[in-house]
Amino acid sequence: MSNLLNISPSPHAHGKETTQKLMHGVVVALMPALFTSIFYFGIGAVIVTAASVISCLVFEYLIQKFVFKKPVTITDGSALVTGLLLAFNLPSNIPVILVVIGSFVAIAVAKMTFGGLGNNPFNPALVGRVFMLISFPVQMTSWPVPAGFKTGYADAVTGATPLAIIKEGIKNGESVSQLMEKVPATIQMFLGHMGGSMGEVSAIALLLGLVYLLYKKIITWHIPVSIIGTIAIFTTILWLINPEKNADPMFHLMAGGVLLGSIFMATDYVTSPMNTKAMIIYGCCIGILTVIIRVWGAYPEGVSFAILIMNAFVPLMNTYIKPKRFGEEVKNG
Amino acid sequence: MLKTFPSGGIHPPENKLTSNIPIGYLPVPGNVVIPVSQHIGAPATVIVNKGDYVKTGQLIATGNGFVSSNTHSSVSGKVSKIDTIFDTTGYKQPAVFIDVEGDEWIGTIDRSSNIAREITLSPDEIKKRCFESGIVGLGGATFPSHVKLSVPEGKKCDILIINGVECEPFLTSDHRLMLEKGEEILIGISILMKALKVGRAKIGIENNKPDAIDHLTKLAAGFEGITIHPLKLKYPQGAEKQLIKALINREVPSGHLPLDVGAVVHNVGTAYAVYEAVQKNKPLFERVVTVTGKSLSKPCNYVVRIGTPIGRLIEAAGGMPGDTGKIVSGGPMMGKAVSNLDVPVVKGTSGIVVFSENESERKEPGPCIRCSKCIGVCPLNLQPFLLMKLAELGMFERAEKEKITDCMECGCCSYTCPANRPLLDYIRLGKATVIKLARQRNLK
Repeated sequence: MSNLLNISPSPHAHGKETTQKLMHGVVVALMPALFTSIFYFGIGAVIVTAASVISCLVFEYLIQKFVFKKPVTITDGSALVTGLLLAFNLPSNIPVILVVIGSFVAIAVAKMTFGGLGNNPFNPALVGRVFMLISFPVQMTSWPVPAGFKTGYADAVTGATPLAIIKEGIKNGESVSQLMEKVPATIQMFLGHMGGSMGEVSAIALLLGLVYLLYKKIITWHIPVSIIGTIAIFTTILWLINPEKNADPMFHLMAGGVLLGSIFMATDYVTSPMNTKAMIIYGCCIGILTVIIRVWGAYPEGVSFAILIMNAFVPLMNTYIKPKRFGEEVKNG
Repeated sequence: MLKTFPSGGIHPPENKLTSNIPIGYLPVPGNVVIPVSQHIGAPATVIVNKGDYVKTGQLIATGNGFVSSNTHSSVSGKVSKIDTIFDTTGYKQPAVFIDVEGDEWIGTIDRSSNIAREITLSPDEIKKRCFESGIVGLGGATFPSHVKLSVPEGKKCDILIINGVECEPFLTSDHRLMLEKGEEILIGISILMKALKVGRAKIGIENNKPDAIDHLTKLAAGFEGITIHPLKLKYPQGAEKQLIKALINREVPSGHLPLDVGAVVHNVGTAYAVYEAVQKNKPLFERVVTVTGKSLSKPCNYVVRIGTPIGRLIEAAGGMPGDTGKIVSGGPMMGKAVSNLDVPVVKGTSGIVVFSENESERKEPGPCIRCSKCIGVCPLNLQPFLLMKLAELGMFERAEKEKITDCMECGCCSYTCPANRPLLDYIRLGKATVIKLARQRNLK
């Protein structure tokens, strides 16, 4: 025999999918939201996104090279996605130093301490965001009023998010119908013309991203649909019970981070359940927790907390909720 | 909507390079090596000695017990030695080496080309003939066919399922056989129906073979109880349990056989071999093999004598390409990589696929990102990522609880994994260990 043959067990073919392609698919799906946030928040959005992405990549590189002393895999796209998602969860006028601290918490604390990609129990970007929200509550809740490219960075005019307006108002005894005049119209909220984290404001851009993710089969419909569906049903019930105390379901879906959370954060591969039955339960629980926090909790917005709480249940769900095996139940007609 | 099995499955590139190439006849080689265990079950016992002269079709090894099969000489010539060789499975096993002299067939074989339509044998005679002729499942599993035709006491078979799916990429031997030997296959199916005493048979064919579907549908009009069913393209539809689910919507319970839901599955190639054995009295000593690969200059389909070294097939397909990295016996999804070109064609060899160095490389595995794609593609709804982890960590008891033994090794999980993780390698290891442990437990 002149040349040696390779021997390996089957299969001898492999699909075209790679981790990198999946991650880059998510990045592409995030682009519409990035462009709309630059459109509404101007230079601030560019600065915050760049700071977040660069620092996430740098921290991952440094830790892999000098702490793990293993091959550096920052090109796999996972740190890029974390960086983008963290930026999307921040106001566009936040100082760069805070973004760097948030990135450090996301990558070093939430991801690398557990062993890197695939091992972290909590969504790194959300851990970063919640850490910042608790540590720097003032900077994290002064939202620039969108004014297009004219929106300043450090000197931006700030205002409250629609959710905060409603929450404050109800606490002060105002009725929802009065408060609704103070918040942007539904169509404006749909397009993204409102105060909020830079990536969460535009429903249309996020839904475009969802269509792309589903089309490319990067995620399945189960998690986003169960979260959005549960929130819609729960808030409809509350709204029907007392429309003067509770905002309508459309408002709940458009305002705040429901779409960003359900499409991009809750669907994070590593921290979400692995079979469809568990995915639906996970999604419903996130929906219920979100509404509970929004309506009865201390914070006007609860998506991030809801997702992080449910992240903690994922290992349990993976162990006890299993897909029905082929041939498990004998039922033949 | 075309029928298919409900969950899991993948769509690998079809690469059916040879679907339009008629079946040729590979000249008889200078020497053959015929392993005595080309089937599932007990190996056959060699009944010839070194120096004996044997004729084409002569019995050279007899089956041991019920689940076993006879082996016949595929050539005429002198037995040069009885020794061990590495076969396609990679294990060493005894084989009969024959130096070819001419091509003298045993006298009982009907070599005429006319089609014998009338089925004269009784069901028991058919089963006996299948055993004597060494008929085994030609789809690749090589389970002795007479065993599948013998319905045990207390069980009932009401339908015969014929597998014309050929869901493996590259392979076209069944496809060509359906086109060129359609009527013989249908007669073979009628014989199987008679042996099983069932009134209906369904042939499942994936819709990437419209010519075969049309051809057989036309022919089947003349046969009672046989219907053709186009199926949606999806791998692994050729797996017995998946095919039964797709065609008649019955789910074979985990750990049971198709007969437990009243079905028996045979491959179209087997139906043709049954026709030849029963109507022409011809034992199984040759079969159709697809020789293919993107780098081959003349990929083709050949009728090949059992025992022909695969090197001869590759020569006939234009010679071994310079950049060959891997040669697979069977299809790319479930076939076995062979170690050298002397490995003989056996009854279960449906194809030889040549891969270039580039195509045969496995990429470096990355960490599991828990994307759950392996769960989504598993046709048995197992959790491959978990089974791999358990096998890796040596947690075999847990792996048994997670039904690692249900795995049929179709390879969808490894094919799909974006991190290139060798899921099936570890699952196989786990499965083998779990089966071994269970056996030890039963002995106690």
